[in-house]
Amino acid sequence: MSKADAAAAILWVGATFYALFGGADFGGGFWDLTAGWDDERGQRPRDVIQRSLTPVWEANHVWLIFVLVVLWTAFPPAFSAIFTTLYVPIALAALGIVLRGAGFAFRKSIVGLRGRRAMGATFAISSVVTPFFMGAVVGAIAAGNVPAEGNGDAFSSWLAPLPLLIGAMFVASGAYLAAVFLVGDARRGGDEEMESYFERRALGAAVVAGAFALAGLFALHSEARYVFDRLTAEGLPLVIFSLLCGAALLAVLLRGGRRLLRPLAAGAVIAVIWGWGVAQFPYLLPTSLRIDQAAAPDATMTIVFIVFAVAAVVVLPSLGLLYTLAQKDLLEAEH
Amino acid sequence: MPSLDLLPVAASESNLLAAREQMAFTLGFHIVLSCLGVALPATILVANWVGLKKRDEAAMELARRWSKAMAVTFAVGAVTGTVLSFEFGLLWPEFMDRFGAAFGVAFAIEGIFFFVEAIFLAIYIYGWKRLSPWAHFWSGVPMVITGIGGAFAVVAANSWMNQPQGFTLDAAGKVVDVEPLKVLFNPATGYEVPHMLLAAYMVVGFLVASVYAVGMLKGRRDRLHKLGLVIPLTIAAIATPVQLFVGDTAAREVADHQPAKFAAMECIQETGTDQTEYLGGVCTDEGVKGAIGIPGLDSFLVGFSTDTKVIGLNEIPDNEEPPANTFLHLSFDAMVGIGTALLGLGAWFGFVWWRKRDIPQTPWFLRAVAVSGAGAIVALWCGWIVTEVGRQPWIVQGYMRTSEAVTEADGIWFSFGLVLLLYAGLGTGAILVLRSMSRRWREQGAESVEGPYAPAEEEAT
Ligand code: HDD
Ligand code: HEM
Ligand code: HEM
Repeated sequence: MSKADAAAAILWVGATFYALFGGADFGGGFWDLTAGWDDERGQRPRDVIQRSLTPVWEANHVWLIFVLVVLWTAFPPAFSAIFTTLYVPIALAALGIVLRGAGFAFRKSIVGLRGRRAMGATFAISSVVTPFFMGAVVGAIAAGNVPAEGNGDAFSSWLAPLPLLIGAMFVASGAYLAAVFLVGDARRGGDEEMESYFERRALGAAVVAGAFALAGLFALHSEARYVFDRLTAEGLPLVIFSLLCGAALLAVLLRGGRRLLRPLAAGAVIAVIWGWGVAQFPYLLPTSLRIDQAAAPDATMTIVFIVFAVAAVVVLPSLGLLYTLAQKDLLEAEH
Repeated sequence: MPSLDLLPVAASESNLLAAREQMAFTLGFHIVLSCLGVALPATILVANWVGLKKRDEAAMELARRWSKAMAVTFAVGAVTGTVLSFEFGLLWPEFMDRFGAAFGVAFAIEGIFFFVEAIFLAIYIYGWKRLSPWAHFWSGVPMVITGIGGAFAVVAANSWMNQPQGFTLDAAGKVVDVEPLKVLFNPATGYEVPHMLLAAYMVVGFLVASVYAVGMLKGRRDRLHKLGLVIPLTIAAIATPVQLFVGDTAAREVADHQPAKFAAMECIQETGTDQTEYLGGVCTDEGVKGAIGIPGLDSFLVGFSTDTKVIGLNEIPDNEEPPANTFLHLSFDAMVGIGTALLGLGAWFGFVWWRKRDIPQTPWFLRAVAVSGAGAIVALWCGWIVTEVGRQPWIVQGYMRTSEAVTEADGIWFSFGLVLLLYAGLGTGAILVLRSMSRRWREQGAESVEGPYAPAEEEAT
């Protein structure tokens, strides 16, 4: 593996973490949005969501920063090409990030019900909008709509079936991940009603995400032939693995089981992301910019590796500590 | 060094102006919050430590309140920082394309600091109840270190833009080799990073103290308010004299390495010795109008002798002169003036404390502290204006012009307008939330208010 390929792998690792943790955060917002207008009835699911999101959302968010930074440091021309072409969905995603963070942070500290509702709605709506546009960006890249020299068409590049479908798939798979995580959190809280509430939603979201993925395959076939061909050849094992995870998860849920829900859900998503990576290899921007063409000089890559190694020994254990404390309810709200 | 002029000086002037305004505005907003992220943890930990060691309930209460306020400001800091990262690509894609491989190194390192900071922030803010008091205290210490590390990394990136080094270009202007250590530790890092760190501690110290000074002026003279004033003000009063020393060093370095910036900020028109130091005034081609001039002082400050030769704008090619000369000059003067005034305030406080173990009893002292927070923020902005506008027309001094870096995308004015609206809402929201938290603290004690990390009362039960 060349240095550039290794850096691309690091990029994908970051994207994987972001898809898992950031994705589940967005999904939490999705379920907050769909918990209903009725304040009373919506209260209990919102409660579970709030409690499980609160201590971790900011840390989860940093994976996005990690991905951006690695992209612009290790592959500057790709960064610039993507941002000069897809600036519309990217700017909309940034807008969503601001509204989401502010809505979430302000909601809790506002006293009046009206203000709190407005902030809650801001948080929830932007939790759906943001991953949609991020998905559209990814879809546009996969579709080969970002030319290596940048400044591609600002609209037709992403207003096409494949990018829009991937956007929808991002929303659905975040919702799916979140629901699966929330089943566990509700159980920890000893709330059986909420447990089955999120269980039903996990089931529904799994089906919808699967449907989008399937539709995405068709769109891939017509819009992104290179990626499709490799996905169904080199990437096939990963696709099958993802399908198996999804099917196993459905089976567990339908039989009312609880075991392995989280690993299965995560496995399905991880396999898709790496399937995508394998499918567009050796391109960063299929089929105009290869990884090695976009790569920064060796010394820069070395720094990226060192940073990654340090992240692995410092950040991952710290994250582990945070999640453990949160799961043991040691990071408790004061009341 | 000549510009490589490889890219067509494309992109309309209008785009450039809009992009610069947007960048300046969003940075100016973020930098205030990031000061809180850098220096508030240490301030909180001092209060926490006093509370634990001396079993001082008022100090513990302050630490608890400040950490809840920080939960709000940190969230706003994180989203505005994310916007900045996006803006690198949205506004300055050519800059990233050409130099991302070099100065990206600093941001890659920064990423780690942010991560660790966000993690321990959550543990600290959220761990008040269930972690043992000392374990909880120590969980806050990584925040202090990562705050400093994060600031180092970003500001080193900015220093590199001012004094770029540590990279090799090929004939086409592409970065083909990088020496990461030279990028990180460029000559400007040595003064920019400490200057910024001290600025963060000054901003936070004076700002927090000013909140309690206002309270005391309204007649709230309990122990909590006094401690809330004394702890942060002590930190700020210690940082200020060091800051002026570092700033003075920075000015000499700028005179050596970025003569155009220096000439513009000091309004020096003609190269020569025995330069007058001008305070205030309007800069014109014929010299400074309406300023207080101190003959020879400028030369003396640069080289400790009035014989020191200082380069004037007449030696700088017209297309390399910074814009808005008067604005730059006044910004610089405002920074120095405010810094000097804050030095006086700190000395007053220190002297009276030394003699009487108490704060000065006149309301004028409280009034001065009450405005000091805003003053420190203005000084901070002025400093950044000097650095950034003074570097123009370069984005990377001597290598790339800002006009070459800017995006060709449409709608930058539109996005700037949107950003103004959005941030107006963000700022208003944050201030309203903080004020309502403090009102509830006064009415019911701290237990009643939850930061964004804690579900609200009704929901948690
Ligand atoms: C509380 C804020 C504060 C205060 C009181 C001062 N400064 Fe400052 N100054 C800043 C906050 C700041 C800053 C954090 O905004 C800058 C922008 C970039 C940097 O490194 O620090 C800055 C930049 C800056 C620069 C430009 C550096 C460059 O372009 O690379 C100079 C020459 C000075 N300062 C000099 C001074 C002097 C002579 C001061 C007082 C005697 C002073 N500063 C007080
Ligand atoms: C954090 C505090 C900072 C503040 C308040 C600040 C302030 C400013 C201001 C006022 C401008 C506008 C200049 C003009 O209109 O002529 C500007 C431009 C810019 N700054 Fe900074 N700056 C900061 C740090 C940084 C850092 C750390 C970087 C990057 C590493 C950076 C990159 C830029 C870029 C790319 C521009 C646009 C080009 C230009 O107009 O100079 N800034 N900034
Ligand atoms: C161009 C310049 C800058 C960029 C691109 C940038 C980027 C970011 C990003 C992405 C975050 C969010 C991290 C998270 O999610 O936790 C952030 C937060 C932060 N930034 Fe900046 N930043 C810039 C300038 C600065 C400067 C000059 C400082 C310090 C002096 C600074 C200090 C911080 C700190 C301490 C935080 C943590 C959040 C907070 O305390 O509010 N940043 N920044």
